[in-house]
Amino acid sequence: MKEVRLHGRGGQGGVTSAELVAIAAIDEGKYAQAFPSFGPERRGAPVAAFIRVSDEKIRTREKVYTPDIVLVLDPALPSLVKVDAGLKDDGIVILNTHLSESEVREQFGIKAKLAMVDATKIATEVLGLPITNTTMLGALLKATGIVSQSHLEEALDNRFGRIAEKNKKALQRAFEETVVVG
Amino acid sequence: MAKRVGVEVSIAIAEAVKLAKAEVIPAYPITPQTHIVEHLSEVVANGELDAEFIPVESEHAAMSACCGSSAAGARTFTSSSSQGLSLMSEVLYIPPAMRLPIVNVVANRAMSAPISIWNDHQDIMVQRDIGWIQTFAENGQEAVDLTLHAFRVAEDRRVSLPIIVNIDGFTLSHVIEPIELPDQEDVDAYIPPFKPKYKLDPRKPITMGPVGIPEVYTEAKMLQDQVIKNSKKVILKAWKEFAEQFGREYNPVETYRTEDAEIMLVTMGSISETAMTAVDKMRDAGKSVGLVRIRLWRPFPGPEFRKAAGKAKVLAVIDRTLPPGALCGPVGAELRSLFYKIPGSPKIFSFVAGLGGRDVTVARFEEIVEKATGYAKKRPKELYEVIGVREK
Repeated sequence: MKEVRLHGRGGQGGVTSAELVAIAAIDEGKYAQAFPSFGPERRGAPVAAFIRVSDEKIRTREKVYTPDIVLVLDPALPSLVKVDAGLKDDGIVILNTHLSESEVREQFGIKAKLAMVDATKIATEVLGLPITNTTMLGALLKATGIVSQSHLEEALDNRFGRIAEKNKKALQRAFEETVVVG
Repeated sequence: MAKRVGVEVSIAIAEAVKLAKAEVIPAYPITPQTHIVEHLSEVVANGELDAEFIPVESEHAAMSACCGSSAAGARTFTSSSSQGLSLMSEVLYIPPAMRLPIVNVVANRAMSAPISIWNDHQDIMVQRDIGWIQTFAENGQEAVDLTLHAFRVAEDRRVSLPIIVNIDGFTLSHVIEPIELPDQEDVDAYIPPFKPKYKLDPRKPITMGPVGIPEVYTEAKMLQDQVIKNSKKVILKAWKEFAEQFGREYNPVETYRTEDAEIMLVTMGSISETAMTAVDKMRDAGKSVGLVRIRLWRPFPGPEFRKAAGKAKVLAVIDRTLPPGALCGPVGAELRSLFYKIPGSPKIFSFVAGLGGRDVTVARFEEIVEKATGYAKKRPKELYEVIGVREK
C-alpha cells in the first residue's frame, strides 16, 4: 500500500487532485481512498488531503501519518509546514518550486529523495492561472507511477469536461519537466 | 452488471436513494450530510429521479414533512446530522408510533458546545430511545447497502417503522472509495413498491396519532416496543435476501478473528476497519485479540451478541460519546446489562474514544487492549476511561 499526503492551500484544488488519483486507481481495478483533512474550508490556509492506493482492500481510516509520498502544491508551504513530517525512510517529497536542489535542502531542511518542478510557471503559461493541482499530478506520475497516466487522464476528462485538455497539457508538461534527485 | 466505481460515499448514498426510487425528500442541509442532499436535489432537478424534493426551512420542518408524506403513502427519505438531528427530535418520536416507514441517513457528528462539525456518535446517542430501527455502517459499500435494506425493511407491513442508517461524518461521508452500485433491476426486485396498510386519503378519511389517554397509552407504548423487537426477524430475512440478490452478506453482529480470542474489542461504525488492522497487528505479535462489531443497534441483537462474544474473557467496549454524569457510555451500559449476572460471562471494560473528530488510530486500539488486559487483573476505579487524552 502506498500512502500519500498532499499539502496545499484552501481553494487550490488539492482535494480534487487527491480524488482524481483515487478514482484513477479504482478504475484500474485497485483499491484506493482519498479524503481531505476535514474541517471548515478556509481559502488560502494550509490544508492537507490524503490518498491510499493498494492492491488489497484497505482497512484503515486513520489519517496518513507516515506517508510514502508527499505532494506539495504551493511553493511557499515548505517554509510554513514541516512537509516531510513522518515520511518513510525511502519516501519522496514532490515539490512545486523554482529553486535548485541545494537551495531546497538548505532552506527547508528536507533530506529525503526529491522531485521538483516549477508548476506555478507551467500552470500560469498553460492554464493562465497559478492553480497547480492538476499540473502537480504530472510530477506525481513521473516521480512515482502510483497510477497509470491513461486512467488519470480519463478521470480528468470526466471531472473537467471541456477544460480537461488544458489540464492534461499542463500535466504532460510537468511530467516532462520534473526532475527527480537524491 | 453492477458498476464498481470510485465515488464519494455521500454521492453513492444519494445514488442508492435514487435506485430505491424515493418519492418525497424533505431535507435541510447540514455539514457533514450536505453532499447527500445536494446530490439528491440535483438528480430530482435534472429529472433522473421522479420525486418531490422539499427544501424545507429547518430540520423540524423536514421531519414534519416526512411524517406527512409517509402517512400519505409516499416513499420518504431524509438525511441529517448533529444539531439538525436534534432540531428534528420533537418530531422523531412520532413516526415509529404512527408506523411511518421513513428512511433517514444520519452523518454522525458531535454536539455543540464547543462547536464541532467533526465525527463522533453523540448526535445519534441523544436519540437512542426515539423508537427508530438503527444500523451503523462500516464503509461506503455498507452505507449504500444498508440504505437499500432500510427501505425494504421499513416498508414491510410486519415492520412499518422508520429506520436511521448511521454513517460516520467525514470519515465515511467525505471519503472517495470503491463502491459497487447495484443495477436498477436488482434494486427493483429487492424493494417492492410501497403499499401501506393505512394511508391518509381524503376519500377514505382516517385519524393517525390521536391523543393517548392514560387508559391506552401504556398499551400503545408496549405494542411499539413489541413491534420493533419483532422487526428483527424481518431485518435478518431482508439481509439474507440481500445476499441472494447482491452477493454481500450482512449480520446484526459481525466478528473478526474472534476464534479463541480472550480479549475482544467492541465497536460500531467506521472505526471498525482500523480496529481490524489493529487486531491483525496484535495477532501477529501473539496476542489473543479479536473484534466484535455491532451493525444493528436498535433493536439490540442480544442473543446474536452473546453468541459472538460470550466466550471472551474480556470485552473492551468503545463508545464514541461521553454522556456527562452517566456511569459509562451507552454501548458499554447496554453490554453490561446484557451480561449481568450471567455466570462465566466476560469482564466488560468501557472506553470512550474519537470525540469530535479525534482520530482513532491503530495505536489507540493497541492501548485499549493493553489497558483492558491490565484491568482484567486489577479492577479499575472507574466504570469507563477516556482514551487519547492530550497530556499537555
